[in-house]
Amino acid sequence: MSDYEVVIGLEVHAQLLTRSKMFCQCPADYLSAEPNANTCPVCIGLPGVLPTINAQAIDFTIRTALALNCDIPDFTKFDRKNYFYPDLPKGYQISQYDLPLSRDGHLEFPVNGAKVRCGVTRVHLEEDTGTMHHAGDVLQSATSSLIDLNRSGVPLMEIVGEPDLRSPEAAREYLVRLRQILMYIGVNDGNLEQGSFRCDANVSLRQRGATELGVKVEVKNMNSFRAVQRALEFEIERQTAVLDTGGTLPQETRGWVETQGRTISQRSKEQAHDYRYFPEPDLPPLRLDDAFVDRVRATLPELPEARAHRFEMEYGLGTYDAAVLTDTRESADSYEALVSAGVAAKLAANWQNGDVAALANEHRVPLWESGLGVAGLARLLRLVESGSINGPTAKELLAELYVAGGDPEAVVRERGLAQVSDATELAALVDAAIAANPAAAADYRAGKQQALGQLMRSVKEATGGKADMPLVNRLLRDRLSG
Amino acid sequence: MSSTAKTITELGAALRDGSTTPRALLDETLAHLERSDKDLNAYLTVTRELAELQADAAAQLLEQHPESASPLCGIPMALKDVLCVDGIETTAASRILRGFKPPYTGTAVQRLFDAGAVCVGKTNCDEFAMGSSTENSAFGPVANPWDIERVPGGSSGGSAATVAAGTVPYSLGSDTGGSIRQPAALTGTVGFKPTYGRVSRYGLIAFASSLDQIGPFTRSVEDCALVYAAIAGHDPLDSTSDPRAVDDPLASLHDGVAGMRLGIPREYLGEGTEPGVRSAVETAFKVLEAQGATLQEVSLPSTDVALSVYYVIAPAECSSNLARYDGVRYGVRVDRPSLTDMYLQTRGAGFGAEVKRRIMLGTYALSSGYYDAYYRQAQKVRTLVSEEFDAVFQQVDAIVCPTSPTVAFTMGSRDDPLSMYMCDVVTLPANLAGVPGISVPCGNVDGLPVGLQVIAPRFADSRVFRVAHAYEQATDWHIARSPFATEAA
Repeated sequence: MSDYEVVIGLEVHAQLLTRSKMFCQCPADYLSAEPNANTCPVCIGLPGVLPTINAQAIDFTIRTALALNCDIPDFTKFDRKNYFYPDLPKGYQISQYDLPLSRDGHLEFPVNGAKVRCGVTRVHLEEDTGTMHHAGDVLQSATSSLIDLNRSGVPLMEIVGEPDLRSPEAAREYLVRLRQILMYIGVNDGNLEQGSFRCDANVSLRQRGATELGVKVEVKNMNSFRAVQRALEFEIERQTAVLDTGGTLPQETRGWVETQGRTISQRSKEQAHDYRYFPEPDLPPLRLDDAFVDRVRATLPELPEARAHRFEMEYGLGTYDAAVLTDTRESADSYEALVSAGVAAKLAANWQNGDVAALANEHRVPLWESGLGVAGLARLLRLVESGSINGPTAKELLAELYVAGGDPEAVVRERGLAQVSDATELAALVDAAIAANPAAAADYRAGKQQALGQLMRSVKEATGGKADMPLVNRLLRDRLSG
Repeated sequence: MSSTAKTITELGAALRDGSTTPRALLDETLAHLERSDKDLNAYLTVTRELAELQADAAAQLLEQHPESASPLCGIPMALKDVLCVDGIETTAASRILRGFKPPYTGTAVQRLFDAGAVCVGKTNCDEFAMGSSTENSAFGPVANPWDIERVPGGSSGGSAATVAAGTVPYSLGSDTGGSIRQPAALTGTVGFKPTYGRVSRYGLIAFASSLDQIGPFTRSVEDCALVYAAIAGHDPLDSTSDPRAVDDPLASLHDGVAGMRLGIPREYLGEGTEPGVRSAVETAFKVLEAQGATLQEVSLPSTDVALSVYYVIAPAECSSNLARYDGVRYGVRVDRPSLTDMYLQTRGAGFGAEVKRRIMLGTYALSSGYYDAYYRQAQKVRTLVSEEFDAVFQQVDAIVCPTSPTVAFTMGSRDDPLSMYMCDVVTLPANLAGVPGISVPCGNVDGLPVGLQVIAPRFADSRVFRVAHAYEQATDWHIARSPFATEAA
């Protein structure tokens, strides 16, 4: 068996979170409307209409390009990509061919502990197509098809990656990082299932040490990170088997069939379209001056990798905690809001990554959208820090208020949940516990450490669970060793 | 009074002095239209209902605000059937769009409607504005009011013919390679193609986007300037429309040509120019000279290749612009079980021969492997054509030349495409360069009109009107009327 090197390059299509479509005023939100409700003469391609550029889409694309370390040329233009399909109402897609909005960027990320750098060839802007619903599995065998043009003209950003990835894991990690960045900078909602973030992969094999690229196969129809990884693994295995038996691979486009766990051939190189690209005559070229690019740059938030690093340095957090907290921009913002509200950095991290994460998962509501909210959590954690309530009370209160919301201080006051930490009061309860459990006390004195548990529980019950348990522990040990 | 063959200015005065009303004007116009169109076939749709509503609204406007009402208020007009009007069938004279009613009105048309225009109908033209004789309409050819055996030119033949017939005082056409100026010359009307970017193309069914402009047909240069002023100006819906303010063409209309330098491109009076046209135009030059202009010969050396360049760029853009007519959403569909068959049958049955020819030419020119040799090369030469105009306009203020090398020809006499393409040899360079051009009547050869073309630098549209007006006022050609305009009065 030969030793092959895997070469993967990814093309990502990401819909932009603009209010309106790329070339008209229709709302870009195509999912929540009735079919064909969010359309106008422009996005359904009626005779006589003309496109006008959505400035916010340009802004978002430049923002993305800057986040991916791209160069922004001062001159860019749109082109027409011509092909016939019923979901493409004009018979051409307005896209960018030879002068894209940006080029020559890169993305760096760790894969299994090693740093990987993947080049970004270009980030350009185009329009999405409509969607089709077939009475049958595919268009070719359908008895009829319905067309919904709500998605037609939604701004679509294409991020073309260099063939720098060497494994399905690296490909997956690239996508995870890219999606995270797009969501961080607020340009895309990262939904693979609904297709607002879509990925095609070019994959080929070559003899290890070879410098020329092998014949590439383009794989489509992968709508989850898992699907990308599985499809690539399948392709690598399939291609290896063909090459190992002396076969050759045709250049082709293959589709991933999730239910069958395999790729199937869709189109050979010979069947590839000639898109007849030419400059879009309805849109004059754009000149992007430095001042504009600088203004966009100024709106870029701190990116996840840098923010995680800062969290480690500034808040003394471990790498794992910092990474989890900075996973999304909202999460990182929430954390910093807790800290700036006076909660100790370590305590805030423990709670946010612990009980809060569990509750968020359970209720499918992130902290910042929960009833308690970030400010409520900060008040709750300040009660813990000041010793006003104990840990178990705080946990119960968190679980209760997470969805319902409420003022933790008021609840503590109303229900008398304040921690019992008066040493005199607790000392009396400790004595009572020892008196009520003579056997446990004797066992402890005889060196049986576990026996202390029964005595602790007894005191806890006596205070209705509100006792300052570390203090109870200390008082018990003092009394029993006396 | 009779409205037939009057100018906008004359009719506007009559509306204001009470000698007529918008409704009376409309009735006369529709009656004339009905009589003349049996012979002319200038109209594809008569929009009586729309016109009646507009006439009544105009009457109200004239009564309530006689001073502020536009000069176009209450005046009947017609639109080339490539201009979209909300709810009115708009076909571009193609079978493929039969029955199509746009749900919106284009910008230039809306501006006229807002001014109180009364639209009597949609005029016949070459299918998708592709042609120079209006013989390429799917709904039959248009006849020239000066001789119904002859063509009115094209592609805006219906818009030219209806003005020449005296039915309406003005109409709108579109000019991609001469489609306003050439029919204006062949019908003895005034026809103007504005600077590219001056009039919004929103609502104009695209033929070749980088060349198309909407413009008026009228009976006088003053009327032409009036209509142009009403439709020109920036439109946020057309990214190629220029944001700069439009200077009022009427302000300098009467300034004359004394002291102006006018250039005669030697390439524009080549071998193909008919002797009658040549002599009429040369006489016109002398008239301008007598008005105080200085005439000199200039050169636009790329003129001979401009035609080839045009027939790469225009078909390339049209091949893409016409891709939307696929039978999926609107217009005519030939139902077939397979998608590919549906596309092929729909487009095969829906488009005429000339449109198919240009789609194929353009598809070829943009194809991988041919793009550099054809489209890219054509764009380079287009730049050259444009630069030659710039250079000439360093020497002269405007260009004067024939609009068409020939007078109106007999229907069916030009059956090979190349000889038809030659019709536009002196008009299409202006589209390639984006400069404004006008045709004004300047002679008559055996009962057929001849047109003088005036071309000025980009955005010097007012200068075009000024030169044309000076010439017009010094001659009587614009007063000459076609038989349709005189007999029906």
